[in-house]
Amino acid sequence: MATPLSLLLIVAVTIRAALFRSTLAHLIAERVEVTSPLTAWKRVVEGLALLDLGVSPYAGDVFHETPLIIYIFHFLVDYAEVTFMLADVMVAVALYYAVRDYNKQVFRKQKFALEADRYPADCHELVRSPAEMHYVPLKVAMFYLLNPFTVLSCVAKSTCGLNNAVVSLFILSTVKGNVLLSAIFLALATYQSIYPLTLCAAALLYLMQRQFIPINACRLSFWWFVAQYAFMYLGSLFVMVGLSFFLLGSWDFLPAVYGFILSVPDLTPNIGLFWYFFAEMFEHFRLFFLCVFQINVFIYTVPLSIKLKEHPVFLIFMQLAIMAIFKSYPTVGDVSLYMAFLPVWSHLSRFLRNVSLVSFVLLTCSALFPVLWHLWIYAGSANANFYYATTLIFNLAQILLMCDYFYAFLRREHHLVHGLYPKRKDGSEATLVLK
Amino acid sequence: MGLLSDPNRRKALINLLTRLNAPICGMCYIAGIVWFMGLAFEPFILRTYMSESAMGSTMVEERFSGGERALLTAKEFGVQKNKAGGMPVDWLVETMKARGLEVYTQTFSRKLPFPDENKERFMVKGTNVYGIFRAPRTPRTESLVLSAQCSEENDNNQAVGLLLVMAQYLRNQVYWAKDIIFLVNEHDQIGMHAWLEGYHNTNTTGMDYSPLQGRAGAIQAALSLELSSDVVTSLDIVFEGLNGQLPNLDFVNLFNAFCQKIGVLCTIQGKLQRNDWDSTSGYSHAVQTMMLMMLKQASGSSWGDHGLFLRYHVEAITIKGINSHRQYKTDATTVGRLLEGMFRKLNNLLERLHQSYFFYLLPSLSHMAPISYFMPAFGLIAVILLLRALDLWAQITAPPATQDGVADVEQQSSTSVLSVLTPVVISHLTGVALYTLPVRFQEIAVEHFPVSETEAVVLTAIAVYTAGLALPHNTHRFVSGEGTEQGWKVLKLVAVLHLSVLLGCTALLNFSLGFILALTLVPVAAGVTPHAPKLPTAVILVVLSPACILLFSVFVFHELQETPLSFQDGWLLFLSVISQGILDHTLYGSLVFPLVALLVYPCWLLFWNILFWK
Repeated sequence: MATPLSLLLIVAVTIRAALFRSTLAHLIAERVEVTSPLTAWKRVVEGLALLDLGVSPYAGDVFHETPLIIYIFHFLVDYAEVTFMLADVMVAVALYYAVRDYNKQVFRKQKFALEADRYPADCHELVRSPAEMHYVPLKVAMFYLLNPFTVLSCVAKSTCGLNNAVVSLFILSTVKGNVLLSAIFLALATYQSIYPLTLCAAALLYLMQRQFIPINACRLSFWWFVAQYAFMYLGSLFVMVGLSFFLLGSWDFLPAVYGFILSVPDLTPNIGLFWYFFAEMFEHFRLFFLCVFQINVFIYTVPLSIKLKEHPVFLIFMQLAIMAIFKSYPTVGDVSLYMAFLPVWSHLSRFLRNVSLVSFVLLTCSALFPVLWHLWIYAGSANANFYYATTLIFNLAQILLMCDYFYAFLRREHHLVHGLYPKRKDGSEATLVLK
Repeated sequence: MGLLSDPNRRKALINLLTRLNAPICGMCYIAGIVWFMGLAFEPFILRTYMSESAMGSTMVEERFSGGERALLTAKEFGVQKNKAGGMPVDWLVETMKARGLEVYTQTFSRKLPFPDENKERFMVKGTNVYGIFRAPRTPRTESLVLSAQCSEENDNNQAVGLLLVMAQYLRNQVYWAKDIIFLVNEHDQIGMHAWLEGYHNTNTTGMDYSPLQGRAGAIQAALSLELSSDVVTSLDIVFEGLNGQLPNLDFVNLFNAFCQKIGVLCTIQGKLQRNDWDSTSGYSHAVQTMMLMMLKQASGSSWGDHGLFLRYHVEAITIKGINSHRQYKTDATTVGRLLEGMFRKLNNLLERLHQSYFFYLLPSLSHMAPISYFMPAFGLIAVILLLRALDLWAQITAPPATQDGVADVEQQSSTSVLSVLTPVVISHLTGVALYTLPVRFQEIAVEHFPVSETEAVVLTAIAVYTAGLALPHNTHRFVSGEGTEQGWKVLKLVAVLHLSVLLGCTALLNFSLGFILALTLVPVAAGVTPHAPKLPTAVILVVLSPACILLFSVFVFHELQETPLSFQDGWLLFLSVISQGILDHTLYGSLVFPLVALLVYPCWLLFWNILFWK
């Protein structure tokens, strides 16, 4: 298994290295779909220049990355290309091992269920075989590394790649059952971009399942574990924030990073939903809608955690997708992270209904983004509405994709309990309809 | 969401669409053509009107009376030009200075990738001279441009003369709120390109030019003038720019309004306005005018010096004086008054021209079809591709869905993916070869064959194009053995979706090009299967291939201009159009050649491949 993975890594690195050397790299780095004000490499360079001059990098409202990033690149700025390629490789390898481990567990669980004869008789079509699961981890790594979105993001040196690396390390350590590392990486991810906070619930659910702690609010062991995890998480978060303060000598970074993410002052167009809406809005509604939009990212955690408490890894996938769609400065790099998980759910394909439609719409939108951008910004003949319409359709397609997977997952679970071919009361075949 | 989530309704809809696929596609195609023909029928479309209030309500009185002086200056310019054997730079600088302008010059040089045989140039060296008249009334943040080219022959002297006299006249007026730049550019569009790149301090095509010493404000509008006789019978407006970009319709309206006011005959595409839309000849006149405009727009090259301004978000048109055998003549004074009036109105602008349409088709100067009118015609034709894709998808995912809508997706084995991917990759590589080889290989071709460099480029392009027909349809068999029934369906699905995205994007950027390609490629794309009779289908495919479309367009264009071509001339013109397309791409960055070579042609090759699928 290691040979195909290393071959894949070589191919991926070659593509990236070739693109870094071509004239396209500069063009790609300018695309608003690939870099946001948070993640643009240009801004990191600006921050570094300010730091070298002895000025706070956050003076001047250009740089919005966390202090850790700037201190890392303080040493690595000459090796930036290598760093970004390594980050992508790290994501792929971490996801590869995480998914392999997860699949083993799924298979073990399925074996127990089969031995206990828990599945209905007509559900054997739904049982997953080791043969089909064998290549899933490799496919995950391939979906991440060869996804054009990831390649673009890496070639643009968007720091989104580093955030993805942290998140994938968190997923790996969680799946491996390492509580401390999981908490630390989650804290690091939160420190980087706040939103991964929502992954907390999924991590807790997973770790408790693994340690056979009942998920029951009346039990002391439940609360004890939550407290332990919260302590580790908050502790490491506190250490990171404190460290940033001591490195920088001021609290400038709090408003410049987290205030910037939460209050969305930069309305540069991107593939998200915020910019147009807030550009059009009357100023006195701004705070209200800001709260509505930001709560939107977090609010789904509660119902999804309740519904998917048995399936925390699927919950992580859903949360990543929600973040990529609803966060304030999304880029295609965020999209590529959750898309890497699609092969894990390949066994749902028989229940998926709109994937062909959705993938066509996503492809069309990806082609339309640069065209409409050109018409709006360079030719001056179209306007912002054209571009925003594409953004809306792009996000709609993503939501549809997510809903489709969610529905398919639940439906499979339903069939595993109630049988694949449900009968009506009168004995005829029933149809399941989502209304 | 009911349609997407309820399996029964969804199945019913898909059944309906697959059963009636062919008739619906046919109807869509016919409806698209009928809709398109309706765009030239006056009662169906809008009258043009001035949207920009700053230009609409203000009265302007034109007092220019220096027509005679303009002709004298033109004669002197001609004498000086002959003496200097090119652009009389010193004389122009002196004359402009004497008229009180700030005068600057810019030198430029450009080596073309291969000799341009139409204009007989290879190494181009030249000088632009421009004079700035600073606006007396405002802080000089905005400017207007009046330009005239200095060409090799004596065919634009009157324009330069009028420009110089206009400069003197306009300088004495007090109401100017925008700087006016008077530009005389050498080597037509190459000079204009150098000047614009210098003015905006960009370099997109690797041109050598000296930086500009003086600038005025941001250019709001530009007008370039072409006059080659002392009197004109009518004025023709040219507005199609680089890559099919059009200026704001208000600028065209402005020209039309002043022609009406001053009483000059104005034409569009060289055709006069007619008022008998209800007669057959009147309607066909409108159709011809619109089709001429579409062919010009689809060519993607700039049809006058104005076309390069549009890239910089500057609205621009060219006014061309035409002297035919008509009785009624207009002298230079009247043309000058027209220019004065237009500049006065442009001077009143408070912001860039943006109120009116940027996407329009003009069947006459008084009527226009905006984007919302012409896009359905394209949409009706493009939807055929989506319907075919749906049909193919339904066939691929058959056996039909079970009762509860569970689609039984048969996992295609990896060989199928490979057999689809191979033709796609090879077609696109052929496209890359078509894009790069002609210019790269010209030297080798000239060494080995008795052809000139230009011929070498064009013939290499045609050779690669033809070789592409032989190449790809054999390749997938080496990789994966026999192609399967499922295989070509998947390939066709990919090709159809590829084409639909491609045409959609093209139609947004350049409607005419998108529509012409859709009109010709969609029937092929919808109909082609490996089971069709090979020879007739292959002939139809070749006839409707991108190169043949170009050949027909050349003939149709000349037919519409009422200068029919013999086949021999048409063929030669076709060859020169190809070389012009490549030159336009390398000189000015026109996108039509790369679009056709890198995307349209490979896409067409996929359909060729499907026909010979075994």
